[in-house]
Amino acid sequence: MSASKPSAKTSTRQPQPFSPQSLAKGSRLQGASLTHSVCPYCAVGCGLNIYSKRGEVIDVEGNPESPINEGTLCPKGANVFQLVHNPHRVKTVMYRAPYSDHWETKSLDWALDRIAERIKSAREKGFAAEDADGNRLNAVRNIGTLGGAVLDNEENYLIKKLFGAGLGVVSIENQARI
Amino acid sequence: MPGLGASFGRGAATNYQQDLANSDCILIMGSNMAEAHPVGFRFPLQAKEKGAKLVHVDPRFSRTSALCDLHVPIRAGTDIAFLGGVINYVLTEEKWFKEYVLDYTNAATIIEEGFLDTEDLDGLFSGFQPDRAQYSPSEGHWGYEERGSHQQDRDQGQSRDEARVSEQGPGQEAEPSASPSDESHVQASEIDTSHVREVSEKLDSRGVHGPGLMGGASTHETERGSAVEAPAGEPLQDRTLKHPRCVMQILRRHFSRYTPAMVSEVCGCSEADFLRVAEWLCENSGREKTSAIVYAVGWTQHTTGVQNIRAASILQLLLGNIGRPGGGIMAMRGHTSIQGSTDIPTLYDLLPGYLPQPIVGEDRGGLDDYVRFEGLPTGYWTHTKKFMVSLLKAYYGDAAQPENDFHYDWLPHLDGDYSQLPFFDRMARGEVDGYILFGQNPAGGGPNAGLHRAGLRNLDWLVVHDWFEIESAVFWKDDPTGPPPSEIKTEVFFMPAASIPEKEGTFTNTQRLLQWHDKSVDPPGDCRSDAWYVYQLGKRLKKLYEGSADPKDQPLLNLTWDYDQEWPHPLPDGQPSRIEGEPDIARILQEINGRNLAEVDPATGQPKLVGGFEELREDGSTACGCWIYSGCYPEPNLNRPRQRVRTANPLQPEWGFAWPNNRRVMYNRASADPAGRPWSERKKLISWDEDQQRWVGLDVPDFEPDKPPEYRPSLDCTGMDAIAGNQPFIMKPDGRGWLYAPGKPKDGPLPVHYEPVESPVENALYPHQTIDPTTRFFEGPLNSLAHTPTREFPIVACTFRVTEHYLSGPMSRFNSWLNELMPAMFVELSPELAGEKGIVHGEWATIISARGEIEARALVTRRIRPLNLKGRILHQIGLPFHWGFAGESVGGIANDLTSLVADPNVSMHEAKVFACQIRSGRSRYPAGQPTKNYTPWPQRNPTPDTPPASQPEGHLR
Ligand code: SF4
Repeated sequence: MSASKPSAKTSTRQPQPFSPQSLAKGSRLQGASLTHSVCPYCAVGCGLNIYSKRGEVIDVEGNPESPINEGTLCPKGANVFQLVHNPHRVKTVMYRAPYSDHWETKSLDWALDRIAERIKSAREKGFAAEDADGNRLNAVRNIGTLGGAVLDNEENYLIKKLFGAGLGVVSIENQARI
Repeated sequence: MPGLGASFGRGAATNYQQDLANSDCILIMGSNMAEAHPVGFRFPLQAKEKGAKLVHVDPRFSRTSALCDLHVPIRAGTDIAFLGGVINYVLTEEKWFKEYVLDYTNAATIIEEGFLDTEDLDGLFSGFQPDRAQYSPSEGHWGYEERGSHQQDRDQGQSRDEARVSEQGPGQEAEPSASPSDESHVQASEIDTSHVREVSEKLDSRGVHGPGLMGGASTHETERGSAVEAPAGEPLQDRTLKHPRCVMQILRRHFSRYTPAMVSEVCGCSEADFLRVAEWLCENSGREKTSAIVYAVGWTQHTTGVQNIRAASILQLLLGNIGRPGGGIMAMRGHTSIQGSTDIPTLYDLLPGYLPQPIVGEDRGGLDDYVRFEGLPTGYWTHTKKFMVSLLKAYYGDAAQPENDFHYDWLPHLDGDYSQLPFFDRMARGEVDGYILFGQNPAGGGPNAGLHRAGLRNLDWLVVHDWFEIESAVFWKDDPTGPPPSEIKTEVFFMPAASIPEKEGTFTNTQRLLQWHDKSVDPPGDCRSDAWYVYQLGKRLKKLYEGSADPKDQPLLNLTWDYDQEWPHPLPDGQPSRIEGEPDIARILQEINGRNLAEVDPATGQPKLVGGFEELREDGSTACGCWIYSGCYPEPNLNRPRQRVRTANPLQPEWGFAWPNNRRVMYNRASADPAGRPWSERKKLISWDEDQQRWVGLDVPDFEPDKPPEYRPSLDCTGMDAIAGNQPFIMKPDGRGWLYAPGKPKDGPLPVHYEPVESPVENALYPHQTIDPTTRFFEGPLNSLAHTPTREFPIVACTFRVTEHYLSGPMSRFNSWLNELMPAMFVELSPELAGEKGIVHGEWATIISARGEIEARALVTRRIRPLNLKGRILHQIGLPFHWGFAGESVGGIANDLTSLVADPNVSMHEAKVFACQIRSGRSRYPAGQPTKNYTPWPQRNPTPDTPPASQPEGHLR
């Protein structure tokens, strides 16, 4: 048996024949910023540790401190990395004109202005102050929104506040029923 | 989840997931937990390691079944028959928890004369109106018998209730904030009931498409037309439980026909298996032991969904398992924050904190009429006005003043059902102009997805906020079953969204736990958070309407909308953020938490944050965006959802914030006996401390902290004063858990087994009433049904999830890692059925329903077994519902087969079970091609600031 092999009984370790490459190896997480997040898939609510360097996410792991997942993740939670780094992600506004067969790239401002106008004109058309019997209605029934179960509470709050309390839209829905 | 709300008062999971490890027996039903909530499944397994029994009752043998002690296969859609059988077993074998049931449930309460059960009316309750396909709870006499309303009962002395004599405990004056105010807490007897009735009738008359009166995901507990179900007077009780009209006797009669033999015939399981489950649950409940029930969408997605949960609630109340460690009902919710999106609802019929959206005509007198309708004179909902006024102050700020009724009138009122299904039905008929999607995919995930796509094609404009080009974004060009783009008018705006590490905010998980997630990095390119979009859109709309004097524009112009933050703000790694105009999320959460407008916090110069909902007022001096979340941000530097501190307390109260008021086990007053002592040392949680005169223990008491167990209210008490010291369900007007739910679920006060709308089998339990009589149909050419009993479609299909994909796939089929794990759509079927149809494992099969057909790879497996229903062999198949026509991996859309029918309570569709036929070979429709190329490793650039030797393998390869 070779004398260089470390044994559990030896108290001082022998010098190892590391290559310079091996010696240069280290965790790529060294020097990364750590932030805590939550898995956006199912409602178990696993904690995520997100490591980033220079504004780029470099690793996503289960948070070992979380009493819910204690560091574990299922395949979906582990896939959060691919929700950030993904060649299929759309990174600009895309617009499809009526009857067109292709997308056009647009700016954020252009799209927001246009959407605001669409909402306003549909609201002008659809707003009803009263029903047929003269009861108070103050409702817009020809526009709707759908979504919210993968949104933050704060986002849901803004949606219900703007569209419901502000504009009078009634069909504000999400998957909670589904 | 109105099933839970109707039973206990709040529509949310009663306990926390980790608590499942404390159970002695866990029944998993309507949930494939190992697969759909894999990490949560750790806790049942921990319980098993400690000796607990695990049971899985499910049509399919799955990853969950493999790890349970017992798997009982049943026919999809027969859960109530199974649970009804267990309830019957508990009652006939006298296994119910006597002291618990007597004090903590309404078992002793006497129901009005005139109520008739399904036993009396052959499958219907009294009060059914066939022309409207609705029940009228008042005509059906579903309500509690009120003291004094039936003199002879009193004279016979049968129903003396010792609870309401004037032996009041010392805590009677406790909790000043709960004291009734002059206007808002009108006794039911003072309510002008003629007005109530007039309005209810008006609303009733809208027929099956009418407003969801008690509906919605309405986990809300307030009862519309509360004069019927929530008598202010103390309900009459018979504590001997002998009175023929007391709930216990009604229950015994109602479930008497759910015998083991009947369960076996209806569900297709063996009597022995059924009895084993019933015995295990009974053996593992009581003072020393507790059992838990876990369910998921397998229960809710049925026309009888609410009643499935009601059945589980009844069982858990009878066994004394609510409010106790290791007990309860764990609703495993689907989405990360689906609980949050009902608490702060993006739902048409709810306002934040389960305040109902106003209904047209019910509030001619304004806010006070609303409060009279929606509030309750006793129990926690007496505070309705405080919550509503505080919400209006949060919405409209200074414009909301007492003189103008806080501009309650500005809130939109409902004149019908605007939930997703009827709205898409209307959209498909061309009655809707514009629609906005926030991370949702109805073109693939909606029930009868084909009809949903027809709806999208009929819009003038559609806005899609998403990460990828999902089905709902490309339906106009990539739908293999759709018309060419030149025939589709819809104008589509695709707004690229930020992903989770690119934004901050809170999610509420399945155990009501709010957890904050930090922003790690900026989103790329023009991607923005949904908060950014809504905030910026709101600013633009305000500008467009600037200067308008039109009354209809005033709500928008007066909406408080100021969440600007300093910019540029730094990211965690010290770099400045590139994103301009992102709203200050912490400020929004503070608005949700609430502020005391009369007091300025010297530290911030802003109105002081409130410490909890007890501080809210009805005079307009407080603003609060969602009262049940109040307390989550009590100080400027104390963001409790962001707290991540582990402590020695096993409930981990400093990890996140659980609503309400950081209680981890709801109704935990029931963890102690009526006298306030723990039921047992083993199952101790909170108890009454005589010396301190307080409730003490590991959890925050879900009870007034200093109300002693012996406190008894006098008859004229209102609000929380009317709840006795031995009544743990404080959200209920009578403080008790509801075995019998008077008037809440619209399809009856007790669960009844009805067949699914599409079933090849007749109803063996109630031969004259096959399906739920109150089911709402949306039948039309795009949504035809194969009515029960169907011969054309003799196979029962259920849909299910796999771990590796998510919903209709927007978050998984664009991800190569997940696609590699689970590459293609398949159908699970038994070798027997495969043999009969000539289907070969791995080859194509086509599944056909009354709505359409799809193809899938056949997965022939013993995991699905044919059922023997009294000699008749019934086949079932299973379909994962994750595929669609967009992404790296495409395949048949299971939801193209499901139908649009809705249960009367929540407009929940019936996707878990429908009737179908199957044949070998491919579909006659063209198969779609992947819209994206498979990309095995998403990141090729080196990790920044990292020596080459430390780069991840993926880069060096
Ligand atoms: S990691 Fe898996 S189990 Fe955990 S929250 Fe995410 S999807 Fe659910």
